[in-house]
Amino acid sequence: MSAISLSAGAGAGDSAPQAAAAERAQPRRHHWYRQPALIAGIVIIGLILLAVIAAPLLTSWNPDTQNLNATLEGFSAHHWLGTDQEGRDTFARLLYGGRVDLQVAFIAVLFPFVLGTILGSLAGYFGGWIDLIIMRLVDIVVAFPFFVLIIALVFVLGPGERSIYIAITLVGWVSYARIIRGEILVAKRQEYVLAAQSGGLSNLRIMGRHLLPNVITQAIIYAMSDIVQDILAIVTLSYLGLGIQPPAADWGTMISDGQNFLTTHWQLTTIPGLVVVVTGLGLSLIGDGLADLLRPGQ
Amino acid sequence: MSGGDRVSQPLLQVSDLHVQIASRRGIVRAVDGVSLEVPAGEAVGLVGESGSGKSMTLRAILGVLPAEARVTAGQVLLDGVDLTQLANNQLNQIRGPKIAMIFQEPMSALNPVMRVGSQIAEGPQVHLGMNRRQAAERAIELMRRVGIPDPERRYRSFPHEFSGGMRQRVMIAIALSCEPSLILCDEPTTALDVTIQDQILRLLTRLCRESGTSLVFVTHDLPVVAQVCHQIAVMYAGRIVERGSVQEVLTQPWHPYTLGLVRSAPDVDHPRSSLAAIPGAPPSLVSPPAGCRFHPRCKFAEQDCTVTEPPLRLIDAGHATACLHYERCLDELRTEGADR
Repeated sequence: MSAISLSAGAGAGDSAPQAAAAERAQPRRHHWYRQPALIAGIVIIGLILLAVIAAPLLTSWNPDTQNLNATLEGFSAHHWLGTDQEGRDTFARLLYGGRVDLQVAFIAVLFPFVLGTILGSLAGYFGGWIDLIIMRLVDIVVAFPFFVLIIALVFVLGPGERSIYIAITLVGWVSYARIIRGEILVAKRQEYVLAAQSGGLSNLRIMGRHLLPNVITQAIIYAMSDIVQDILAIVTLSYLGLGIQPPAADWGTMISDGQNFLTTHWQLTTIPGLVVVVTGLGLSLIGDGLADLLRPGQ
Repeated sequence: MSGGDRVSQPLLQVSDLHVQIASRRGIVRAVDGVSLEVPAGEAVGLVGESGSGKSMTLRAILGVLPAEARVTAGQVLLDGVDLTQLANNQLNQIRGPKIAMIFQEPMSALNPVMRVGSQIAEGPQVHLGMNRRQAAERAIELMRRVGIPDPERRYRSFPHEFSGGMRQRVMIAIALSCEPSLILCDEPTTALDVTIQDQILRLLTRLCRESGTSLVFVTHDLPVVAQVCHQIAVMYAGRIVERGSVQEVLTQPWHPYTLGLVRSAPDVDHPRSSLAAIPGAPPSLVSPPAGCRFHPRCKFAEQDCTVTEPPLRLIDAGHATACLHYERCLDELRTEGADR
């Protein structure tokens, strides 16, 4: 009477099997260069960034130098895109304005990303009253339309870059918190979290080193589309006179200044407007491409 | 309860452990008064069918129960310290350096986005105060010990680049990384095919023997218990129904449930035409049957089985059963032996 004999004779010791070699990682099915949207986006944004960074090489005009003898000029070899009502070179202002807008947008997207990721992780991982408080805060922020809240906050805080950062952080973190919380709720049920807990690792370590790397992708993808929103917000604020302050050039200010001359000098408003649209398009394409690339199993 | 004949104190002593899970249908008494002793350097098998509370017992020992479950009574003494009374951060000093755990599914128990080397090195870094380089060296050494070829290169691999058996070796390396005195194994070979299963079991027993590590081995696979363990405890519906040395319990079961388990395992020495299944299904743990929980499925059941809750009685040195009529199992085995 023995079930003991069943497995005793099988196998040949614990010498290492070669199965590991056979089951090597499959090469990633989607290479980044196979994503047309991603390529298009990278080309567009790359060109814009290049132009903006290399601004001093592309134009010899100072964006802030006024020349009241040469106001509202049309296209010419001298002033490629003409001049505005103060006689400033439109092309130079477009490039240097882009510097400001893009820089502010890329910085502005970081703060809500970090804040939302931290709060979302805490809410998802610990649950209970921590989750309750954080998610009620999210509900409060979500109850207001994005632009209304941003404009109101900047209005209260006073115009300027610092206010933009604060306002975008206070309003923008909720999306990241929601995304990360949802992802953590799913991921914390995985056995590797139980294994990490069984290994005596602290909650902070499990959150930071084990869970976040598994869930951060979704937040990064969202950040790409969030930059678009931030650029629009910055341009909108500047258009309303609440954002980048004159005399510094910026696309929003250019659009708002130019609209007085829309019937006679359409390029003053239309060209910065187009640039905003193209920039948004490029970032959206990168966001979509990244999403396709990073989302597994397609 | 049964430790009178043992001189040295057991490494782990679980006494009268109760775990309850809040569910929509009511309170599930997943573990209902389990007592268990693990002597230093020995392997104890915990056997039972799905839902009998084996895994919950393990998770209760380590204090990693799911959110809906909690320990409602009982003690888990490790070196005289009651683990159920410790706070989470105190338990974190125990988990890893004192007690480690190996899981059933090595794929899901490894973090898919962390290199396996870092996962092995993490414990020594946290618990043994090693710096990054020392921990990495230790991880490579452990990978070599568990038989992973070319550990220097495999250190930087991800779990999906490993086969099932290799992943389980990684799990063993993680469990051993802080030199625990006890390793809890939750069906560590169930997800592996039989030849790999045998390799892993041999590796595990050899490494534990070398380092004097105790094992609690949860499984529903009796041959595996026979291969690995010295002691066995059989669980049914949240309780231990029989306990003793592997040899005695598997050859001379004193509980009809154990008898049924042994009968339902194929036996290559004496092939039967069909395997004997235990009739019926395990009882609901929300409202378990009165008396002996096995009585609705037991062919030896008498009137008193439906009334009296049978205690786990020590019949012979180290062999205990929770059956009121355990002699019937002996009779049954004797007549069967005569038939052959």
